[in-house]
Amino acid sequence: MVAFDEMLPAEAGLRRPYEAYDGWLKNQDPARLTEKMRDAERVFRKTGITFAVYGEQEASERLIPFDIVPRIISGNEWRRLTQGIEQRVQALNAFLDDIYHRQEILRAGRVPRELIATNEAFLPEMIGVRPPAGVYTHIIGVDIVRIAENEFYVLEDNARTPSGVSYMLENRETMLQLFPELFQRIKVHPVENYPQLLRQSLAAVKPNGVNGAPTIAVLTPGSFNSAYFEHAFLADQMGVQLVEGQDLRVVDGHVAMRTTEGYKQIDVLYRRVDDAYLDPLTFKPDSALGVPGIMDVYRAGNITIANAPGTGIADDKAIYSYMPEIIEFYTGRKPILGNIPTWRCSEANSLKYVQEHLAELVVKEVHGSGGYGMLVGPAATRKEREEFSKKLAARPSNYIAQPTLSLSTCPILTEKGLAPRHVDLRPFVLVSDRIRIVPGGLTRVALKEGSLVVNSSQGGGTKDTWVLDD
Amino acid sequence: MLLGRTANGLYWMNRYIERTENMARLIDAGLRIALTRSQDASEEWKSVLLSAGAASSFAGKHSDYTAENVADFLLRDMSNPSSAVAAMETARNNARMVRTALTRETWESINEAWMALKRMLASPIDQRELPGVLDAIKRETALIRGSFYGTMLRNEIFDFAQLGTYMERADNTARILDVKYYVLLPSVSWVGSSLDNYQWESILRSVAAHRSYRWVYEAEYKPTNIAEYLILNARMPRSLSFSYRFLAEHLKFLGEDYGARHPAQEIAERIYARLRGTEIKDIFETGLHEFLADFIRDNNRLGDQVAQDFGFY
Repeated sequence: MVAFDEMLPAEAGLRRPYEAYDGWLKNQDPARLTEKMRDAERVFRKTGITFAVYGEQEASERLIPFDIVPRIISGNEWRRLTQGIEQRVQALNAFLDDIYHRQEILRAGRVPRELIATNEAFLPEMIGVRPPAGVYTHIIGVDIVRIAENEFYVLEDNARTPSGVSYMLENRETMLQLFPELFQRIKVHPVENYPQLLRQSLAAVKPNGVNGAPTIAVLTPGSFNSAYFEHAFLADQMGVQLVEGQDLRVVDGHVAMRTTEGYKQIDVLYRRVDDAYLDPLTFKPDSALGVPGIMDVYRAGNITIANAPGTGIADDKAIYSYMPEIIEFYTGRKPILGNIPTWRCSEANSLKYVQEHLAELVVKEVHGSGGYGMLVGPAATRKEREEFSKKLAARPSNYIAQPTLSLSTCPILTEKGLAPRHVDLRPFVLVSDRIRIVPGGLTRVALKEGSLVVNSSQGGGTKDTWVLDD
Repeated sequence: MLLGRTANGLYWMNRYIERTENMARLIDAGLRIALTRSQDASEEWKSVLLSAGAASSFAGKHSDYTAENVADFLLRDMSNPSSAVAAMETARNNARMVRTALTRETWESINEAWMALKRMLASPIDQRELPGVLDAIKRETALIRGSFYGTMLRNEIFDFAQLGTYMERADNTARILDVKYYVLLPSVSWVGSSLDNYQWESILRSVAAHRSYRWVYEAEYKPTNIAEYLILNARMPRSLSFSYRFLAEHLKFLGEDYGARHPAQEIAERIYARLRGTEIKDIFETGLHEFLADFIRDNNRLGDQVAQDFGFY
């Protein structure tokens, strides 16, 4: 299977979005580009843009490799993507509101009740709670893959605490430093205003009782968290405090932070701490990362928590396969951006199809993660497939199946010149009084030839993502 | 507005940067004596370890007081929390925690210093390279100070960081004096022996004052002058008086900013007034050691009061 290359597809020749860049690239001295690549690494190391790798004592901070060839998206492609994304995040919020109130979608039988009732990501504490301005998931990272000129699919909705936006911003900053002349030649939409948009967006969902500008803070688990750099970066860029659980306590029915001048009330908390650690009085009792009693303040409507507790039910793997139904149920329209076709083996027709096409499909456990208990059809032996088929027949509802997708590729600069590597895309979406999407996102790239794994923890890198102003 | 934890982080960030630098100076001074008077070297290294507050932890690990062992323990031993590399790492961890309060240049200079020290001190130091390593450490901390002074806004963030610097410096200078107070006591003969001369020079050298001393006093070292210089001279940047002038000043700024007079400011002003109102002969009369011991205790008390007044914990 030949992957679709976004710059130079096999059959069609250089694609338009890359024309201007290619014209510039042709005139570059390869030695100078290699030098720039080293400059980029120095910039990142100097500014301390690292991510912590758990469990490795000495090398506890690593750089995410950065590739200097931009991933370029045309204005038209982007418009289509944003329409699909907007529709999706509206549906996600409508679903969350419904699932924690009347549960119409369950009554209508579009999503099976047991999927919710038995799901750990569903928080009974949120039943009947309506967050300020009715927004549940404020910051969403939608993972999108492309497999052909006009085929984009959503791989995953990150509706809890998506990370990576700081890399989007720093990647651009680095490119501006390395290649200022490129940005004069090519009109690229800026992404630099993301922190301001985030701040505006958070301020727009302040609690009802707050007059004037709300006090906003970012809650981090602390400087040893793998995404700490991003937490600090965002707080800094927004001009708000970066707080830890130890800085906060409930004072007179509000959450307050300990300052050099006593305790000060917080109105909006952008938390980068998981649900389970948010409030030791409600969730994990031994958590020191959260704030005892914050859920009571939340239920009383005295603080906005972004994203709201319990949003994980919307991006759960088991729910993902129902996203097309969910979108249609709440927006009345077909999804603009499709899911990756997913067969739920609990359904007889699907099971039959999956059994017949095992050699082409990836079969996953519904609640599995990290690749355990999964069958990659094309890579498996006949014997493995036969054995898996028996397991499938025994417990069909435990499995879903997806086609093995060939992610699009984008060139990276290697020692031997440009070479294609598989990429995905995570645009960042802000939801409050309206939906704001910064034109760009985080492009993750599998640096190993042929690899489809783009995760930074497994050797993936990143690229600057350009949306052309054309 | 500043988080109490951030103020605490700024304070310790600068304390540990100051400590890193002081560690290099102490070893520098020790090295000088060791090179010129090898028979007294182990005694000198013992007092270096005492000044660094690391004598007992060193003894638990090493039995020979050699330049190699001491430099290794004070510069690159991660099990010694005050070693240059450990102190720099603590400084950098604090900087990382308060990163949003720092200018990019300040953060980068701290991050780069940490990387440089890690690299330089990764393997045991060849004795021939020790002077170069000490210089490099001082240069890194000087670069941090340069970007800090050159780019930081003079607000509460600056004040809390500076409190850390001067608190650590005052403590360091007082300890150096207290470890060697006996060589400064007036002896029967006012003309020091050549051993005394070395000791005196070593004291001055460990606070980078062996040259400036001569600009202020006569060429000849006199213990009372040395003590006066390090304790009472408000123009000598590592003296107790100088440190307290700035401690009192930064606490005054904080008080004005917050529209309140904090107990810490009272303590700092009282100590400063005492330093200003004292002559060196009074100190020698009541006892140099007693004076220094009191000072170190008061200095610690001020640290506790600052933490309490400004919600550090």
